Amino acid sequence: MRISRRILAGLATASLAVTATSCGGGGTSGSFDDTVTVGILHSLSGTMAISESTLVDTEKMAIEEINAAGGVTVGGKSYKIEYIVEDGASDWPTFAEKSKKLIDQDGVPVVFGGWTSASRKAMLPVYESKDAFLYYPIQYEAQECSNNIFYTGATPNQQSEPATDFMYKRSPAAGGDFFLVGSDYVFPRTSNTITKAQVKQLGGKVVGEDYLPLGNTEVAPIISKIKKALPEGGIIINTLNGDQNVAFFKQIQDAGITPSSGYYVMNYSIAEEEISTIGPEFLEGHYGAWNYMMSIDTPASKKFAASFKKRWGSDRVVADPQESAYNMVYLWKQAVEDAGTFDDNAVREALVGQKFDAPQGPVEVMPNHHLSQTVRIGEINAEGGFTILEETGVVLPQAWNQKHPSSKGFACDWTDPSKGEKYKL
Amino acid sequence: MELLLDSLFNGVAIGSVLLVAALGLAIVFGLMGVINLAHGELMMLGAYTTYVTQLIFKLPILKPFYNSYIIVSIFLAFIVSGVVGILLEKTIIRKLYGSPLETLLATWGVSLILQQFVRSVPLAYGTGLVISLLIGLFLPTTFPSKIKESINFKYFKFSSWIFAALTGVLTGSLISSSVSKLSRASARNVDVTAPSWMRGQVEIIGTAFPKTRLMIIVITIISVIAITLFLNQSAWGMRIRAVTQNRQMSDCLGISTEKVDIITFGIGSGLAGVAGVAVSLLGSVGPNVGGNYIVGCFMVVVLGGVGNLLGTVLASFGIGIMTDLIGAGRLLSIWPDMPLPLSNTINFFATTSMARVMIFALIVMFLQFKPTGLFPQKGRMVEN
Repeated sequence: MRISRRILAGLATASLAVTATSCGGGGTSGSFDDTVTVGILHSLSGTMAISESTLVDTEKMAIEEINAAGGVTVGGKSYKIEYIVEDGASDWPTFAEKSKKLIDQDGVPVVFGGWTSASRKAMLPVYESKDAFLYYPIQYEAQECSNNIFYTGATPNQQSEPATDFMYKRSPAAGGDFFLVGSDYVFPRTSNTITKAQVKQLGGKVVGEDYLPLGNTEVAPIISKIKKALPEGGIIINTLNGDQNVAFFKQIQDAGITPSSGYYVMNYSIAEEEISTIGPEFLEGHYGAWNYMMSIDTPASKKFAASFKKRWGSDRVVADPQESAYNMVYLWKQAVEDAGTFDDNAVREALVGQKFDAPQGPVEVMPNHHLSQTVRIGEINAEGGFTILEETGVVLPQAWNQKHPSSKGFACDWTDPSKGEKYKL
Repeated sequence: MELLLDSLFNGVAIGSVLLVAALGLAIVFGLMGVINLAHGELMMLGAYTTYVTQLIFKLPILKPFYNSYIIVSIFLAFIVSGVVGILLEKTIIRKLYGSPLETLLATWGVSLILQQFVRSVPLAYGTGLVISLLIGLFLPTTFPSKIKESINFKYFKFSSWIFAALTGVLTGSLISSSVSKLSRASARNVDVTAPSWMRGQVEIIGTAFPKTRLMIIVITIISVIAITLFLNQSAWGMRIRAVTQNRQMSDCLGISTEKVDIITFGIGSGLAGVAGVAVSLLGSVGPNVGGNYIVGCFMVVVLGGVGNLLGTVLASFGIGIMTDLIGAGRLLSIWPDMPLPLSNTINFFATTSMARVMIFALIVMFLQFKPTGLFPQKGRMVEN
């Protein structure tokens, strides 16, 4: 009895020792002085998994690149970045719960995560109450500016506004009437409110608008409305989500709503990844607007695409959300090195003004925690990519949209304590 | 005139999608009284069958016949969903006749299993599994009656299952090695592309109609006619109706109610597969494709009157035409100078989301007055 207990105790100590060494073992490889663990929080299961898992892949790649180049240097010590991946499961309360776990239990200095606006809205109160920091990589409807979130995706004035301008002034359907189609949730509705105000300013006309409930794929009534409202062709702004695009494009093509008959669709949610799912034969000749497109012909862009393919497989593509995710990991690293600490508040201060040579071109962090970015308009080609038609200069982000009636004349500035989240210009 | 024709066509087009989806349920739920929540997933299997058939027809041997793959896939989808339905009946539903709540929960569980199945099993091996089921279930029935009656029949049955499993594994790996897209499991939605002759539109009396919609209408009409003929003219159809009206009496008169149940459920499930082919022509094919239709299917069957095919037909076309009238704001174009408050109301409901609200409200109101639907069936089933 006594012996067996002794053996048990011995086993326990041995196993403890093993876990201890295995824990330390990961960090002390090579020339690193220490390790820092960051959190990655995206949906790995459920409906959003297809999209969000590409971000996890990109973030892992960025972290591996940084580690290969010597890690993060803070106060003369080099840190290897390690990560904990959590699954948000396409369920918004789960995002909040996992955020709490990452902050409290794992003590990570930063979380890279989220895709849908709903998941961000669920996480926001967690980060604000714990004064932690979330990096969010998706183009979204803006109208939000948190001190605890850093947004690396486009705001509407960095995507939809230049796109609307292009469609009304320089597309083959220039001067035509607009029809707005979207899925029935916050992003399409906010985005279309902005578009409507903008079209009015430009002197154009929005002749119709319809929203498809999420999950519904019966687009026949929308098609007959488009045909009635735009009998001679015109501009369609599409903010449908996911699979609904497949039904939409298949059926409008069958109904004769095609570029060859004068209908041009501008899309805000279709990137290279989605083109390959929907099928380029249905999308050819329509348009998209993004900050990053895989066809950008610069060394930085090519290197980004090539290293992603090398890491994850030659059939993979990179798209705008992935580029944003890639940028945010590097921007965090730069801010930490400048701040000389992993402490949230110091990093937040050091973050504003950070510049990075992103695959899309130079980006800079603005005082409203958004990025200044380049906007590109592309035509979808038969190969499933974009033919870039035009490129703006660097566009500053507007967290509070200047065309939306509820936020006109407001801005956000976190560097000035008297201004903060929302102040009058 | 043109407007009327366009509106009518749109209504019929929307209605025929509903009808083809609800037809199988009208039999399973209507005639048998089984609340089958996995009906949508049987549709999904039909849609995936179309996808697999499409890829197999792209192989060099079958390439010349590529344009006809959609016709072939209608029959294959009927068989695949039918076989899975029969398995479902034999293993689960049979034990639960007469307990609707348990059936509801069990079939919901099955629907989750089927969804996860297509997510995590490569489609090539899924195809192999269906083939082994097909052989395993039907090979023993083809044996001569001498063997069937012998006491060693169970060994024959067992060996035919082994044979079936081997064939399934073989075809699975054959497909997986020749079509790379089917060899990996993926939760990603896939796409069925209609053959070139089915794309674009045709012009009838000055109005252009999309060909895929016409194809769906044709599939629906053929399914309805076939199932009506089967139920009313064939011997098995008569037995099915007899069992529906009085199970015990039919049993006494020598009808094998067990066989009738299997056949009825198999046909209902097979029709769900055909609906899957139709649905795959409209949108993308994914694990959740059936779930989007299941509520609509139950709505149509309940509105039409449980156990009545004519009611189902009228209910689905009725809902289709209403959807188009309300959702596309047709009344405004028919009567352009109606009083302002009325036209504002119509405009308010003239979006897809609001049209759905309106239609559900109308159906709820209708069912207040006629709780048994358009054409309630007088019979033992309803009284019970």
